[in-house]
Amino acid sequence: MKLIPRLQSSALAALMALGLAGLSPEYAAAQDGSPPRIVIGPGVIEPMPIAAPVFVDEGGAGELARDLSRVVASDLVGTGFFREIPENAFISRITAFDGGIAFEDWKAINAQVLITGAVQASGDRITVKFRAYDVFNGQPIEGAALQFAGTRAGWRRMAHKVADVVYAKITGEGGYFDSRVVFVSESGPKNARLKRLAVMDYDGANVQFLTDSAAIVLAPRFSPSGDRILYTSYETGFPRITLMDVGSLKRRTLEEQAGTMTFAPRFSPDGGSVVFSLERGGNTDIYLMNLASGSVGQLTNAPSIETAPSFSPDGSQIVFESDRSGAPQIYIMPTGGGEARRVSGGEGRYGTPVWSPRGDLIAFTKQNAGRFHIGVMRSDGSEERLLTASFLDEGPTWAPNGRVIMFTRETAGAGGQASLWSVDITGRNLKQIPTEGPASDPAWSPLLP
Amino acid sequence: MTLTPKALMILAALTLAACQNPDRYGAGGDGGAGGAGGTPYVDTTGLGDPSDPRSIAYFNQTVGDMVHFAVDQSTLSDQARSILTAQASWLNQNPGYAIIIEGHADEQGTREYNLALGARRAASVQQFLITQGVSSARMKTISYGKERPLQVCSDEGCYAQNRRAVTVLSVGAGV
Repeated sequence: MKLIPRLQSSALAALMALGLAGLSPEYAAAQDGSPPRIVIGPGVIEPMPIAAPVFVDEGGAGELARDLSRVVASDLVGTGFFREIPENAFISRITAFDGGIAFEDWKAINAQVLITGAVQASGDRITVKFRAYDVFNGQPIEGAALQFAGTRAGWRRMAHKVADVVYAKITGEGGYFDSRVVFVSESGPKNARLKRLAVMDYDGANVQFLTDSAAIVLAPRFSPSGDRILYTSYETGFPRITLMDVGSLKRRTLEEQAGTMTFAPRFSPDGGSVVFSLERGGNTDIYLMNLASGSVGQLTNAPSIETAPSFSPDGSQIVFESDRSGAPQIYIMPTGGGEARRVSGGEGRYGTPVWSPRGDLIAFTKQNAGRFHIGVMRSDGSEERLLTASFLDEGPTWAPNGRVIMFTRETAGAGGQASLWSVDITGRNLKQIPTEGPASDPAWSPLLP
Repeated sequence: MTLTPKALMILAALTLAACQNPDRYGAGGDGGAGGAGGTPYVDTTGLGDPSDPRSIAYFNQTVGDMVHFAVDQSTLSDQARSILTAQASWLNQNPGYAIIIEGHADEQGTREYNLALGARRAASVQQFLITQGVSSARMKTISYGKERPLQVCSDEGCYAQNRRAVTVLSVGAGV
């Protein structure tokens, strides 16, 4: 099965034209014969109307048929680029996956895209297929059809894959719904917070705990293939970088030099190295460790604080945070170390820079005039835009397609609590990710295979 | 209740998790001898009689186990130096205690930066104690960043108390 949609030239052009100022999605009605398309560019925000009727039960599916169509619709509507036409407005029903479509009935309710699907279940195995239609042209959308099989327990992933294909075909952007987020689940009072690692689907479903709360855990990060997690743990009594295998939950402490603290780890794009902060005698610098050999090299050597390193997607550069100028700012250096150039220039303090998977933008935390912001800037520091503002927003992480950012928001005061939020890089569609309790430090996985 | 130093040591060994894991904020909150913060999760039963000048309680309350810092700073104020001078004097007279210096930050600032800043503060205290003759072999440092505030409000009154380094004692030198 092909999951990666071919980008059409017009979509590519739209991508390349993606200016940072005044981004907004708009869609053009497809009466001219071209497929429905949401073009990212200046314009009016008008979500594209879609219809996602209950999938056809081709045997044994039961509630799954409705559940699948609900998750597909929820994924798409959740982007802010689509709105769903309610079921009670439907004129005709989809009763057979390969039956004829009464396009006039869907056109009459102004559906621009119709997503049909079918599911067949046998024991633990389910087979899902779907086809999306361009209602106005009365045609299937090229490439927006898929059939695949899996276990019943994995049904949500199948729905996410359906939505990813539809999203990709219509926006020309990569999908991001079939992904997971590792985060810190929090409980207890502010001065004695209990923290444990957990992982969930990008939309908050399927939570699984990876550690107990016996030791403080901070800032987990996925490996580029999603099979391992780096995080900082107080399990040994001191803050230490820990590497966990997601499948087996086996973990080991990296770089245990007495009298030092290690933290702020991130994988290199090839997954073979870890860039991190090591503190010795009160001074924090950035180091690079080869995971196979264990060899460690020092990348910065300054009396100031150097922390929060993040690789460029091509692995050639590292963006990090340093207070060498007196206040925390963002710098970029070659991966081998050496001279760094400052890229943040505005007022306030900048931290936790994270390079976009597309390489074009750097997301960051900014603190200015008593407020925290999540923002993005180009990798040369230009075109800074703040996407959020609150008492405390921090720690951005990128969706696999580089279009959406998730971060931690914490409320003020004795009863202050952390929660997870996401926002589009346009600054629109700010929303909270549902979690059972307080949560912090999200890190997005790559798109799952 | 007055405990002899020997009884105190036995009690401490029984009730505290000694120094195997210096993180006194671990689950159960019984990993060390506690600061003067009065936080309920610290076991205070092993701290001894505050009127006994050789007790941990005396150190915490009378000598003072804590110094504070300005925003983003790790330099020691005159007041901090005065407290640390008294700490060093006490520690030199009571060589049986091992020392963990905890560095903390307020909630302004990112998690990573505050971890580094807390480490800077702990190291600043450690360096000063070394200059006052306290053996570096007795001391370890740890940073909690903004993870363990002493005060939980979100204004400068609380922040000022949270920007701190705490000298935490436990029984048994040579951790």
